[in-house]
This record gives sequence, C-alpha cells and structure tokens, in this order.
Amino acid sequence: MDMRSLFRTLESATVRDIALVCLADALVGASFGAISVSGGLPLWVPVVMSLLVFAGGSQFAAVGVVLSGGGALAAVATGLVLNARLLPFGFTVADVLEGPWWRRLFGAQLITDESAAFVLRQSDGRRRRAAFWLCGVALFVVWNVSVVLGAAAGGLIGDTDALGLDAAFPAVLLALVLPSLDDRRTRAAAVVGAVVAVAATPCLPAGLPVLLSLVGLLFAGKPLVTGEPRAAGAGGVVVAAESRPNAVKEEVR
Amino acid sequence: MPLYAVLLLAAGTYAYRLAGPLLGHRIELSERLRHLLAVAASVLLVALVATGALTQGHGFAGWARPAGVLVAGVLALRRAPFPAVVVAGAATTAVLRLCGVG
Repeated sequence: MDMRSLFRTLESATVRDIALVCLADALVGASFGAISVSGGLPLWVPVVMSLLVFAGGSQFAAVGVVLSGGGALAAVATGLVLNARLLPFGFTVADVLEGPWWRRLFGAQLITDESAAFVLRQSDGRRRRAAFWLCGVALFVVWNVSVVLGAAAGGLIGDTDALGLDAAFPAVLLALVLPSLDDRRTRAAAVVGAVVAVAATPCLPAGLPVLLSLVGLLFAGKPLVTGEPRAAGAGGVVVAAESRPNAVKEEVR
Repeated sequence: MPLYAVLLLAAGTYAYRLAGPLLGHRIELSERLRHLLAVAASVLLVALVATGALTQGHGFAGWARPAGVLVAGVLALRRAPFPAVVVAGAATTAVLRLCGVG
C-alpha cells in the first residue's frame, strides 16, 4: 500500500488530525528522551526502549520507577500492567490486520492508543486500514526520531534539579492521565490507589508502592455501556491536552 | 535499567498487541475485563504522579517539586498546550528552589 493511495482514501481532516497527534507525541517523545538521559540513564535505554516497547506511558513509568531507585523487575511489572490495555485494542483493530502473517506480525507493533482511536473513527474497511497504517507508521517514525533528539539534548543538561526537571516527569504523566479521570469511578480508584502508594513509600522497597496502588481497582465499579478503553500510551491522551483534536479523545472513550 | 528488563517489557507488550490479530476470531474479551484494564492504566499513572511528585527515596521530596506539579496540573485542566504545561511545572520548581524552598 503506497502512501499516495493512503492519502486519497482518507479524508483530509483525518490526515490533518493524524499530523497533529504526531506533533503532540513528538513533544512527549522528546521529553521522554531528555528526562531519561538527564536523570542518569545511558542514551541507549530510551532509544532501544522506544523502538521495541513503543508505548509512551509505560516507557515513562518504567524509567520513573528505575530513576526513583526501584528494581528492574518492578519497572517491568509496572509497564506490563499499564500496557495490558493494548490487549483489547488488538481485538478492536484485528480486522485491519487480516492478511498474510508478516502483516499481522509487523502491524501488531503499530497498535497504540492513537492508531486504535483513528481506526475506530472509520467504518469503511478500506478507510480503517488506511487510517491504521498511516497513523501507525507515522507515529512510529516520529516517536523514535523525537526520542533520539530529546535524549541527545538531555545529555547536555547539567544540574537537572536546579532546572526543576524532576517535576517534569510527574507533570508529563499528569497531563497524560487527566482526561481519563473524567469518569467518576476511574477517579475514585485512582485517588485511593495514589493515597495507598504514597502511604506505602516510606516502608516498602521502591517500585512496589506504585504496584500496590492497584488495590484502588476495588473501587473501579462496573463498566459503562460503551467500554472502549482510554488511557495513556505512546503519548496517548496527550491528544486531549492539545487544543484541537478533541474528536480523537472522544472517540477513544 | 538493564537490557533484559527492556527486552522483557518489550516482549510482554508485543504479546498484548499480537493476541487480538492472532485470536480475534476465536475469543471475545468481556466488557468487565476491558473496563478493569483501562482503569488499571489510569490508577497506575496517577500513583506514579503522586509518588513522583511527593516522594524522593523513602521520604518527602520537599515543597518545590509538588508545587511545580500542581501548577502543571492546573494548566493541563485548563487545556493549556502540552509544552506549556511541562515547562511551567519545571520552571515553578526551579524558581522556588532559587528562592530557597526545598
């Protein structure tokens, strides 16, 4: 499928929205690279992670656990629980990946909150496919390039605490997660989880308090009528922090 | 962060992604499970925000950092652009430290 036929198949509004989402994710990717390296990780960590994991929320989470002194396995566990929401996304977009086995294997890596959201906006099969591949490939390229650039810039920063960069990490995550807190039950679960995690921090090894926050799920309640998951991924909900593409955010609900 | 940890996270994440395209015809996920997975992601992210903003090691991080995160949160709620949210948060923390707030 060549790029020109992708553009012809999609409405220009969709192509523009995909470009805006890429722009927003480029900023998140650059932040991720810069925060990782200025926090003390070697340059290859954010770069390899972005290529192989390609899910921004979990990348931030895993690096955050490690930078706060947590163990590698706690970081992996946190990232894996966070990415479990990709499981239903895979079922949602399964139809666009039908075909030869190599298309499924390659296409699966491109499943993100964003590509799933753009697929959901289209009903026609050809448009669903076009939206998936355009968004998936564009995001993959933009995300990885911006992480490399951010990581290179992060290596040049001297005293990160004097610049307040330790506040940038929670600030990025907060911007990512805020839109999902519109839902009352999600909010209740998240507040309980956060209180438990902070209260447990003085007495548990680093990394575990965040996992313990999952007890908040007891307050998650029953699903809404429409149950499409929404949360942060490779930039994910950042979309909502940008002024324009609210349509995407609404669709992800 | 060792290479094996990056590879473990990558392999697990890829497995989540591949399950749907491989098994889509045979299995259907329940609404209940979809809901729980989505809420779990939000719960973890908020816990990361809270511990990241308030704690350093096993203790309190000082006032400058949570103040910066609070400013960022207010801006995000008001739908400020993403770069403004992050820069304002970091700048608040930096200025407070310059003024001697811990």
